[in-house]
Amino acid sequence: MATLELSEISVRFGGLQALTDVSFCVREGDIVGLIGPNGAGKTTVFNVITGVYQTSAGQVRYDGTPLRALRPHKILALGVARTFQNIRLFQNMTALENVMVAQHCRTRVGVLGAVLRLPSQKREEERIRQRSLEALEFMDLGEFAGELASNMAYGLQRRLEIARALATEPKTILLDEPAAGLNPAESRDLMHTIGRISELGINILMVEHDMKVVMGICRHIVVLDHGVMIAEGKPEEIQRDPRVIEAYLGNELN
Amino acid sequence: MTIRVSKLWFGYALAMAWFYVLLWPLLGIKADGLEFGASFAIWSKVAVASAILLGLYQLKKVGAFGFVERPAKVVGKAAGAVAARVPTWVALALVAAVAVAFPFFTERYAHDVAISVLVYIILGLGLNVVVGLAGLLDLGYIAFFGVGAYTYALLSVHFGLSFWLCLPIAGGFAAIAGCIIGYPTLRMRGDYLAIVTLGFGEIVRIVINNWMSLTNGPNGILGIKAPGIYWWNGKGFEHMLLNSLEQLYYIILALAVFTIVAVYRLNHSRIGRAFEAVREDQTAAELMGVDTLRIKLLAYALGAVFGGLAGTFFAARMKFVSPESFTFIESAMVLSMVVLGGMGSIPGVILGAVTLIALPEVFRGFELYRMFVFGGVMAGMMIFRPKGLWPAKRMGARSEERE
Repeated sequence: MATLELSEISVRFGGLQALTDVSFCVREGDIVGLIGPNGAGKTTVFNVITGVYQTSAGQVRYDGTPLRALRPHKILALGVARTFQNIRLFQNMTALENVMVAQHCRTRVGVLGAVLRLPSQKREEERIRQRSLEALEFMDLGEFAGELASNMAYGLQRRLEIARALATEPKTILLDEPAAGLNPAESRDLMHTIGRISELGINILMVEHDMKVVMGICRHIVVLDHGVMIAEGKPEEIQRDPRVIEAYLGNELN
Repeated sequence: MTIRVSKLWFGYALAMAWFYVLLWPLLGIKADGLEFGASFAIWSKVAVASAILLGLYQLKKVGAFGFVERPAKVVGKAAGAVAARVPTWVALALVAAVAVAFPFFTERYAHDVAISVLVYIILGLGLNVVVGLAGLLDLGYIAFFGVGAYTYALLSVHFGLSFWLCLPIAGGFAAIAGCIIGYPTLRMRGDYLAIVTLGFGEIVRIVINNWMSLTNGPNGILGIKAPGIYWWNGKGFEHMLLNSLEQLYYIILALAVFTIVAVYRLNHSRIGRAFEAVREDQTAAELMGVDTLRIKLLAYALGAVFGGLAGTFFAARMKFVSPESFTFIESAMVLSMVVLGGMGSIPGVILGAVTLIALPEVFRGFELYRMFVFGGVMAGMMIFRPKGLWPAKRMGARSEERE
């Protein structure tokens, strides 16, 4: 069971309490939405899970393995991949190369194998290529394989980020504002794509501001405000929750 | 149109005035007073020549040379089409044939230059792994060249070990030196890294210079053996030292070919891609499963190995090593080759090495102005071709190339 479990996570940067006692789970087959106003600590949650930040207190477990003190590439190797809020592709590499890098942790050949071009290296290289092309095809980017990432349109770059994350063969994927900057048609495509990713048996945790997307596909929603979890539940419950409404719209005037 | 023309000539006048301000102090300030004649003579020649070039350029812009340009374009296109149809291996075979036949139709002096070019090609390709692929600026690269050279020098003089045995040993020592510099700099980026590597390069040179009991200090080490082979002389195998320049040329050619193949294959493997990912975005690379600390250490070690190999050959060729060969200017030279040729591009680095070593030999007459021209060329390159003479090609054709 590939369950991602956060229990009472707190993160502090100097005097700033970024997260306080955040606990939730992403279970097998889940699509969890993480929402909250700007600065609520959503991306911090992602950075804690992927090992960029250390927790001040609390525990993140994946499949029962504590992730504390693991470096990011190890956490990725366990099967937790992510995309970035502000696109972070390898700009001067082609789409195909971007995705091929993601296969790094799933392959083994070292320097000697590469220099001598051993048969095992050739086989592995072929497999990397195959899988990477599949990941590009899955995101409908096959025709852009040879394109430099920096030359691609914004919407395509967003899709390439997801393709790259998928190529790491994850069991859980963290999407950081995948719909940011997309037009309505692209957002609809994205919702469809996220559905297809879920059908592959990959659990999804996403941060998103576009409520149509969140309410449309998430089965479970977690709401953060000022680093504190203020609500958790099904989309329809969240929409009616007075604390959520208050966090988004402010206090009612007396 | 007229406005643009006058703007261009204004720029020209400004550039010429600036050039004279630079030139006069170089030529005009003498021990016995100030002199304007000599500097003005040179300046006026340069000014007239560039005025003519600028005029021609403008005429070309207007289209006055249409009668030459149009046929030339057609010929150029046809030549390009033919070149595109020639498979890569034919071009490579041609280059290889020329390289192998080179000593037969040239003389001693040319062999000597060719050997230096090949040594620098190996150095350039090694540094290219660190700077071009992994994006780690290394200003002390020549230290590994020194480590390789001294490893062979000491092992040869004190223990009589053969060149061939010492090649991998020197490569190994250089790799260890690479890790020693790599380890403390793993968490540094940009300027900080450049300064630490610069310091490391100087440390190695100064240690060699002062460790009298081991390295004989500034006097250097004499009597290093040339590479030897066993040769069939009709009755039995006989040991023979390869002393002549032609024989040394073939050895360094083989080493250079090995380096080219190794770097090419590394470049097109998962390791090479990981290097490039680290160069592009280290944090994203780590989060996409690349062990960035290990990969950076590996880049330093691999780059150092090639430096060590080149150093071993250098010691065997010169039969003498001293710390003077490993100064900062050499590091800067190798780095310039990589930048000038095109970072991350193998043919680019080769072209860079040929340009920076062979061209100054061709223009021996201008030796005094070498650094002056060198600086000018580098500045011009960064403006007009910032990606180098022969920029790196990406995997798969780009859309603009496909059309």
